[in-house]
Amino acid sequence: MLGLGYVLLLLLLPLGFIFYKTFEHGLAPPLDAITSPDGLHALKLTLITVAIAVPLNTVFGVACAILLVRHKWRGNFLIDAAINLPFAISPVVIGLSLFLLYGTTGWFEPALAEAGLKILFSVPGMVLACMFVSLPFVVRETVPVLQEIGTEQEQAASTLGANAWQTFWRVTLPAIRWGVAYGVVLTTARVLGEFGAVSVVSGSISGQTQTLPLFVAKQYDNFNLPGAFGASILLALLALATLLAMNLLKRKEAA
Amino acid sequence: MEAGTLTHSRAPRVGLRLPGVGAGLGRGMVVLYLSVIVLLPLAALTDQSLSLGLSHFWDQVTSPQALRSLKLTLLASLAVVIINAFFGTILAWLLVRDEFPGKAAINAVIDLPFALPTIVASLILIELWGDKSPFNVHIAGTPAAVVVALMFVTLPFVVRAVQPLLMEMDREMEEAAASLGAGGFTVFRRIIFPNLLPGLGAGVALAYARALGEYGSVLLFAGGLPNTMVSSVFIRQQIESGNNTGAAAVSVVLLLASLVCLAVVSLIQRWAVRHDRASSEFIPTLAAEGKPGGEGR
Repeated sequence: MLGLGYVLLLLLLPLGFIFYKTFEHGLAPPLDAITSPDGLHALKLTLITVAIAVPLNTVFGVACAILLVRHKWRGNFLIDAAINLPFAISPVVIGLSLFLLYGTTGWFEPALAEAGLKILFSVPGMVLACMFVSLPFVVRETVPVLQEIGTEQEQAASTLGANAWQTFWRVTLPAIRWGVAYGVVLTTARVLGEFGAVSVVSGSISGQTQTLPLFVAKQYDNFNLPGAFGASILLALLALATLLAMNLLKRKEAA
Repeated sequence: MEAGTLTHSRAPRVGLRLPGVGAGLGRGMVVLYLSVIVLLPLAALTDQSLSLGLSHFWDQVTSPQALRSLKLTLLASLAVVIINAFFGTILAWLLVRDEFPGKAAINAVIDLPFALPTIVASLILIELWGDKSPFNVHIAGTPAAVVVALMFVTLPFVVRAVQPLLMEMDREMEEAAASLGAGGFTVFRRIIFPNLLPGLGAGVALAYARALGEYGSVLLFAGGLPNTMVSSVFIRQQIESGNNTGAAAVSVVLLLASLVCLAVVSLIQRWAVRHDRASSEFIPTLAAEGKPGGEGR
């Protein structure tokens, strides 16, 4: 009973409350907020960061997992440890690190200025922040699945004359796909909701460098509660979709 | 968090090669990507924190404001992981050993804090427990708000770390103890608890690392008042006032504390593998139930 009460108070009450609070005065206020120019721009920018950061981290994640599991090397433990870093570092610290690397006093500033590239306070910096925070998920979900499936089928394929690409596409990838998909879902959820790191590197300029989470904070600061809740409900629905996808994938994999 | 088990998996002689590229080139690309995305920024951070010398670093970290924020962060996180160790174990127990209506839904919703953006959590919490609280509970802007926000974001860690260990546990041991006359509490203390300990330890360490760095969920709800300013909010404030070196110095301290947490997790895992306490991963996993060896943050 105690445990259920805890979940009720800490998780279910807030979840129900956000729906109540958003639609307290009907559908119009939250809809207006999301369809305002700044709201739409924030949505678009959020989708752009997802479209860049998630595929890159997925390719990296699968390649890295294969290296860690299938290629013994004495430096693997270092790669393994470095991959876990983003789990333990504060998003603000991640943002600050990027700020110091690419900012006006940063290591890369002279080269960037010469090339006319702007990373900080623009989309590239925000994508880099999202890639940093969401880097471990695909690796961490793929490694145990790769260990689980073993190498017999891969060996059989190569004995039968398949080259490395054919073995990967026809044998390995189908066997690990639900694990990879699970990692992709977690990566996407993290990128969609990232706030701290992006807020440091983006400057949070309305209609320019604002993702949905930054939009929520800005609307709250401007005392526009319906706006803040309108964007929040969108993010909350995406979170529920994430939970649903996680559950479906767990079942697929268990089956 | 894989280090422990990696060394124990069998090394295949023949197997999948990275398609398209050799292992050496592939390894080079992976290390390059990791360096550009993660390691280089952290190197720049460390460099900046020491740019004005060690004594300046020390002054920044031990300034009254910085110390106060670090103390609050460490203590609030400690309180939170103790609370969640208790409730997390109870919840894992309920989800594994009990049957009740809505169990599948509760199990799914445990991961909500992983999926819900932290800023949204903060917005909900301030509306629920702030000035306009429908329940007349006003804790926004107090240290209690820090604790509640951190309780929310770290709730899944212990549950997901303990759950798989409970599922694997041999019920015969408990039955044997009970048949020899041990009471319920004795069975828990002598049989069940020791078996859960590695999962509990790893879950607590990861939750602690997460709580130390949490930013979004405390931002609106607890705010940046002197008595509610956690280190991440303090760092943000220093960046805004142009004190990059000070911000970097406190960041490095926070970073080191998180690294200690990761090291503890890794040690527990090695110990468990050596003692055959974990046939599958027990690192808190977003994927505990029905997913062999799944692992999350």
